[in-house]
Amino acid sequence: MIRAAALALVIVALATGSAFAAPPNAADLEAELVCPVCETTLDQSNAPVAERMKTFIRVRIAAGDSEQEIKDALVAQFGSEVLAEPPGGGFGLLAWLLPLAGLVGGAIAIGLLIRRWSRRGPPEGPSEEKLDPELERLVDDELARFDG
Amino acid sequence: MARRARLVGQGVAIGLVALLFALLTWSLLTDEGGTLAAQANRGERPTAPDFTLERLDEEGDLQLSSFEGKAVVVNFWASWCIPCKDEAPFLEELWRDNRDRDLVVLGLDSRDFRADARRFADRFGLTFPLAYDGPGDEASRFGVTGYPETFVIDREGRVVAAFKGGVDGDDVRPRLLEAIDEALET
Repeated sequence: MIRAAALALVIVALATGSAFAAPPNAADLEAELVCPVCETTLDQSNAPVAERMKTFIRVRIAAGDSEQEIKDALVAQFGSEVLAEPPGGGFGLLAWLLPLAGLVGGAIAIGLLIRRWSRRGPPEGPSEEKLDPELERLVDDELARFDG
Repeated sequence: MARRARLVGQGVAIGLVALLFALLTWSLLTDEGGTLAAQANRGERPTAPDFTLERLDEEGDLQLSSFEGKAVVVNFWASWCIPCKDEAPFLEELWRDNRDRDLVVLGLDSRDFRADARRFADRFGLTFPLAYDGPGDEASRFGVTGYPETFVIDREGRVVAAFKGGVDGDDVRPRLLEAIDEALET
């Protein structure tokens, strides 16, 4: 019984939460959409079509549309190029995945290098190997000759 | 271990290069429109992609293949495009002067608000058929990379010539008219 009541409360909270979600912000949307003429985001463009798109966004916000609905309406009229961020599916997914793959690949490469360097022994010092006694004697003789 | 790490590194590098090469190949193979214009201007006559689009100038749809038997000038434009404004009166004149010769001028408006496109048509008094290619799907199939672009299609639905940019200039106009004559002669 208690569990059912709690579940009902959660459902009501979620439903009211979505119903009273804050309306989309025009400035945020203008930063996420691209003007087809100058190919900068709408907030940085004053081209006539950009101004028309800004007006469209404000009218749709006033009409109660969600951010996604406004974006969908603009994509239907201007194509997916109107989105400043590449779409998360199809070919656009590559724009997200390739940098991530590069980061992961770079991290793996750095990790492997660090592991390799850390396994290397200390740098080799002067050789402690004994000289051949005959050779040592010859060297001593030569040095004595110079000293003399 | 070092050898193994080197092999893994080389494998990753080769894999990345292979992936980039595959992407390049895919891009070239699916770039139908680019090849469409290039093929047409090489003297080949590739078949124009058929389309059915919502009309802007009246109710209903407009299908390219419904004009088979006539030569068609397909002009991709947008109301915000400045060269489109410059060439609009010339296209209207072309349509009025040649419609009795079985020539149809079709204007396809892309990446635009419908209301802006209609206002553009009213402003320039366009009377040739106009259709709405909102997100530019058909423009992509034709390989349009900017606005305006114009394709001349013969009576059998094959592309005779393609023009990037306005067609009203003194240097382009004779070539367009020549392509239209060629399309009508088919």
